[in-house]
Amino acid sequence: MNYIFYFLIVISIIIGAINGKLQEVTNAVMEGAELSVKVAFSLIGIMAFWLGIMKIAQKSGIIDWIAKVLKPITKVLFNEIPPESDAVGDIAMNFTANAFGLSNAATPFGLKAMEKLQEVNKDKTSASNSMCLLLGMNTAGFQLIPTTVLAVLVGIGYKNPTEIIAPTLLVTTIAFVSAIILSKIFQKFWKPQIEGVKDEQSD
Amino acid sequence: MNNLINLISLWALPIILLVILTVGIFKKVPIYEEFTEGAKDGFKIAIKIIPYLVAIIVGISMLRASGAIEMCSNLFSGVLTKFNVPADTLPLMIVRSLSGSAALGVFSDIANNLGPDSFATKLSAIMVGSSETTFYVLAVYFGAVGIKKLRYAILVGILADIIGIIAAIWVANLMFA
Repeated sequence: MNYIFYFLIVISIIIGAINGKLQEVTNAVMEGAELSVKVAFSLIGIMAFWLGIMKIAQKSGIIDWIAKVLKPITKVLFNEIPPESDAVGDIAMNFTANAFGLSNAATPFGLKAMEKLQEVNKDKTSASNSMCLLLGMNTAGFQLIPTTVLAVLVGIGYKNPTEIIAPTLLVTTIAFVSAIILSKIFQKFWKPQIEGVKDEQSD
Repeated sequence: MNNLINLISLWALPIILLVILTVGIFKKVPIYEEFTEGAKDGFKIAIKIIPYLVAIIVGISMLRASGAIEMCSNLFSGVLTKFNVPADTLPLMIVRSLSGSAALGVFSDIANNLGPDSFATKLSAIMVGSSETTFYVLAVYFGAVGIKKLRYAILVGILADIIGIIAAIWVANLMFA
């Protein structure tokens, strides 16, 4: 992350200088900083609402039920989560919300799952295998119906916008499956480096 | 088909709410107390991710302002025309992983300028619809729990994005070219 941060800023300044856009780059610092707080604040209400609803779902046993239904899949994928952790339920809800295009609802579930994975993580500053996998699944952005894209296509008078759904679903599935496979391959090579902490992988 | 999809989008949220609240009431869960209890976390998490968001969003805003994305597009345009990839879609491929609103902006721009019948519109629709903003997800998800060593997570995100782009080009050529 240190290098990414450094790279983003240094490259921007150098290229901005070459293109004679240094003023725009400087302005972007202020605008970006302001935007990030706006993004975070706009999340508060939605997050509070969905986390509240989730709490009800959890207390009434719905989460346990969903987790049980998806268990055969999550058990294979997240094989390092100890049985006493209930992160699997939140992961299942995160995936379900993403699939239905409810990304505002998916984020609170995903963050809750991350917190639970962090509880069982041995090195609190380093991402565990399960955390990397959950992240990979989210960055691949699996979605059944691309609602925003459909809205834009309808807006420009596209005759049959729904013809885009099947190809998009195929592509997003390919990316999603690749993210899972890549995570599983890479975890063999990038072991946690902290001394005295053994790799969670037992095989 | 169109109506069915609209119907699903319209009813997905209300049904989830109805089911959760109804099951809660039937199981005698104190739903109001539990709701407010859970909602408290929303504030905490949102505040916690601000520093991580500032770092990522400022960096990406600077990069976009510097003109680096246009430069990249010019650099690669020769190679990609060989694979029947319109040059207009190149900025989209780069911006897709960095900023969701920018990707949607570029896509709207392509769609409005090139029209519904162009291959570029179809290809970019698939590319936008099948992606998630990798760097934003990374900052928010790991920021919320204070993870500093990402290990291979970023590599997975970027590689999956590249695979997604290649798959989009392949599928679009198969169906619409």
